[in-house]
Amino acid sequence: MQRFPDYFNFSHKAGVYALRLTAGAVLFFLMMPILVIIPLSFNSEPFFTFTEGMLSFEASAYSLRWYRAILENPNWMLAIRNSFIIGFFATIVATSLGTLAAVGLASPEMPFKRVITALLLSPMIVPLIIIAAGMFFFYTRFNLVGTFTGLIIAHAALGVPFVIVTVTATLTGFDHSLFKAGLSLGANPLRVFRDVVLPLIRPGVISGGLFAFVTSFDEVVLVLFLAGPDQRTIPRQMFSGLREQINPTILAVATLLVFVSVLLLLSLELLRRRSERLRGV
Amino acid sequence: MTATTFDDARPVSASPGLTREEAGFARRELNRRRLRAFALVIPLLVFISFAFFAPIATMLHRSVYNPTVVQLIPDTLAKLQSWDGEGRPDDSVLTAMAVDLKRLANNRTSGKLGEALNRGLPGTSSAVKATARKLRQVDDATLAADGAALLLGANDKWASVELWRNVRKTGRTYSDRYFLTALDLERNAEGDVQTREAAQIYVQLYTKTMRIALIITILTMLLGYPLAFVLANAPARTASLLMVMVLLPFWTSLLVRTTAWIALLQTNGVINSVLMGVGVIGEPLEMLFTEFATIVAMTHILLPFMVLPLYSVMKGIDRSYMRAALSLGSSPIPAFIRIYFPMTVPGLSAGALLVFIISVGYYITPALVGGTDGQMISNIIAFHMQQSNNWELAAALGALLLVLIIALYWIYDLLVGADNIKLA
Amino acid sequence: MRIGGILTSAVALAIMASPLAAQELTVVSFGGAYGAAQKKYMIDPYMAASGNKVLFEDYSGGIAEIKAQVEANNIQWDVVDIEVIDLERACSEGLLEVIPRDILPPGDDGVAAIDDFFPEALANECGVGVIFWAVIYAYNSETIQGGTPSTIADFFDTATFPGKRAMRKRAQVNLEWALIADGVAREDVYKVLATDEGQAQAFAKLDTIKDDLVWYDSWSQAPQLLNDGGAVMVQSANGRIFGAIKDDGRPFEMVWDGNVFDLDVWAAVKGTPNKEMAFDFIKFATGTVPLAGMQDVAYGPTRRSGAALVDPAVIKDLPNANIEVGLKADGIFWADFGESLGEKFNEWLLKQG
Repeated sequence: MQRFPDYFNFSHKAGVYALRLTAGAVLFFLMMPILVIIPLSFNSEPFFTFTEGMLSFEASAYSLRWYRAILENPNWMLAIRNSFIIGFFATIVATSLGTLAAVGLASPEMPFKRVITALLLSPMIVPLIIIAAGMFFFYTRFNLVGTFTGLIIAHAALGVPFVIVTVTATLTGFDHSLFKAGLSLGANPLRVFRDVVLPLIRPGVISGGLFAFVTSFDEVVLVLFLAGPDQRTIPRQMFSGLREQINPTILAVATLLVFVSVLLLLSLELLRRRSERLRGV
Repeated sequence: MTATTFDDARPVSASPGLTREEAGFARRELNRRRLRAFALVIPLLVFISFAFFAPIATMLHRSVYNPTVVQLIPDTLAKLQSWDGEGRPDDSVLTAMAVDLKRLANNRTSGKLGEALNRGLPGTSSAVKATARKLRQVDDATLAADGAALLLGANDKWASVELWRNVRKTGRTYSDRYFLTALDLERNAEGDVQTREAAQIYVQLYTKTMRIALIITILTMLLGYPLAFVLANAPARTASLLMVMVLLPFWTSLLVRTTAWIALLQTNGVINSVLMGVGVIGEPLEMLFTEFATIVAMTHILLPFMVLPLYSVMKGIDRSYMRAALSLGSSPIPAFIRIYFPMTVPGLSAGALLVFIISVGYYITPALVGGTDGQMISNIIAFHMQQSNNWELAAALGALLLVLIIALYWIYDLLVGADNIKLA
Repeated sequence: MRIGGILTSAVALAIMASPLAAQELTVVSFGGAYGAAQKKYMIDPYMAASGNKVLFEDYSGGIAEIKAQVEANNIQWDVVDIEVIDLERACSEGLLEVIPRDILPPGDDGVAAIDDFFPEALANECGVGVIFWAVIYAYNSETIQGGTPSTIADFFDTATFPGKRAMRKRAQVNLEWALIADGVAREDVYKVLATDEGQAQAFAKLDTIKDDLVWYDSWSQAPQLLNDGGAVMVQSANGRIFGAIKDDGRPFEMVWDGNVFDLDVWAAVKGTPNKEMAFDFIKFATGTVPLAGMQDVAYGPTRRSGAALVDPAVIKDLPNANIEVGLKADGIFWADFGESLGEKFNEWLLKQG
């Protein structure tokens, strides 16, 4: 049983329990929807809900048919491949350009820092529908609509703010004299960057990259406006599935995606620990 | 992180006790470093300008730029210049229109003109297309001589003053028409702005969007505050375990969470089955495809954006304040209100603004679970982009939404600092 | 992973990302049971016969996507299944290729295409008819209360037949039905709907059942709503209900009174780099046998020789058999009023009940 300070009277204690109960309920609200879809994805019937058989744990009520359906459907397989391709290249572009810019922004001599930071972070704030409409108008002029290049550029722009935020965070407390020291020892700036700066900020770069990847991997509005039939991605496939023909294949995909996010969360946590160790926190 | 502007560097050049050469050197050195820092940002600035700012600028331009009619019937519009707006324009205008229409019919663009004119005056489209089809058979000489009569003979709408006023109105390359429509306004025949006579939906929709966003913001506050409090005050091990339960949803795909709510809320869904199984209700409740569904699902999706900033602020609050107040005999509630709560306001306002900004522009979740009442302004923008093909109106509606967002972002930047966005 | 490793995998992915520029035709249609029938009778046999690869995609109608592709000169789609309502507009705006009539194959009985097709199927130079279809309403015979609905007026009669009704969220068809239910004769519907009073009358009639309406976006949701209890009566494309009855054994009944019938056509997107192949596909897919296959989803063939192949048991379920109680969807009316009525319809939806 928990020990309370002496000055706690009954109502204090009741208050503490009430608070915890509320917090528990909110956590339930957060987790329950995600947990519910996992068993539903093993439904042997084409329904989006628990059947009686499932509730009485009959083995026949469960099946892997919706997972098989993903493998057998060329559209889903294409979507999975496209999601990884677009996510991968968008991440590379966003991370490299974003890291460079973050190093510049962290320098105490950076001019117009506030304005530039606000501008570079704005893709995070502008509603996707506005970005999508604008990109649709603008990218058509360059024949970028319906191409992988167009989507990669679009997603990279969305990922940039995350890279900047995470890299700047690891750069706080970064000693800029290290850079100078490297230069004074005769190394060229690129080499200093690679051998001195990059190792120190690597955790920030990687987690920024992960954010950029997830942003692209989960993005659907820009895909709806910019992708052609060859570029459909997992979220795009889910979106049209939910709008038109709802069946548990989507739940199976969703369950797989939940596991992807668990993996991501774990890797981020490892990175955070590593970063703390590196910075001696 | 602290806001280091280049103010911090000023003392270097202004320091007393330096010779002029030294000061000059310091200034040059400073400029060099500024340049170097800036050079690192340039590649990204160039990229973002192309990938992001240019598209936004194009959209803004599109909201006032509509060259279709001008490009299609330049001659007619030139002749229409001298028309006073009263009575049927004279025959030279009509003839010019007849000639233009024949040309359009031949290169299959009469439909484009019909569509553009129809937008200002419903019912014009078929008149334009049918006339163009008829004039296509007429030879050029006859048309030049007798165009006006042929035009009037093809469709009696060409005699109407209203139609010609509409031609003149839509025949301007730049116009504020779509912005007026987006605000439920229009210009009358005299050119004065007045409330739109036809449909009035957009102001209502903006209000509704803000209302939904506000409700979601308040809900995330009510739910997020106690959770963040318990998380911030729990022992480290418990806290990090519970934190996973906040972060996992945060990291889970938006579509996965929306899918989950569809499974939960639908007529034969999990919630209805449970409630009916327990006997709370006899008939399934209608929850999916309502405003309620939009609000619940979006609250769920945006809750981590409230919990995380609150948590990081609460984590930094020294517990001894509250302890002191309580041990001195203060009741918990006044102590909370007067001591603890004010210290959490920065986190609360950061979270609230973030949630509000994100929800105002939301598209996917309302589109999938909102049905008719749960639609927000983004959905109508998408509708005009994808279904009604009224790209100019979509752009104008988007521009207004953008103004709203920029204003909120500006407030956020003032209060919190844009670079302080916390990413867990 | 070093830089080299990243580069290698990037190159590997880039190679994967650029599918060899094989001759591929992209055909776009409405999906669901209808799409499945087209796949079975048109797409798959065409691939087998020609050796060309076809990418078969779904869309939900409208011309916006076609327009975007043509204006950007970036053609993604080659052949589109398009509703006649949209066909008028798309063709006159120069978004579609004109399909020469002499490429169309004669019927299996040897009758020339021009005489074999029903005139409506070739009415527009940009399209060749694929199906006759109709918007009807259906009810679930197990959940319906108050008797057996048989007219459009019954659809609007919530006193006799309580329960939710589902309609597609568009002005089209709903306004026609409102007027028919309000006693306007079928042949006058579009004349009345062109007037302000007529429009007000239609919306007033819709108002009477507004609280009992559920809206959906795509046709495939209609049988689902009827199935999962979301509604007791649904507006639907006839084939979707037919499919649910025939394939899934659902206890649904169709009501043909006041059905609004129309055609779908194959059309080729203007400027497609695969124009020859597109025409080749259209030629194949509008042959007697492929068209007759659409009876699987109870959509009527658009040529006489195809009609001869229809299973007599299905005939009563085809739109062709129910034209006398139906109304032909007026593409020209909707080209004129689609946008203004669409806006009014949205306004009406947003008005709080």
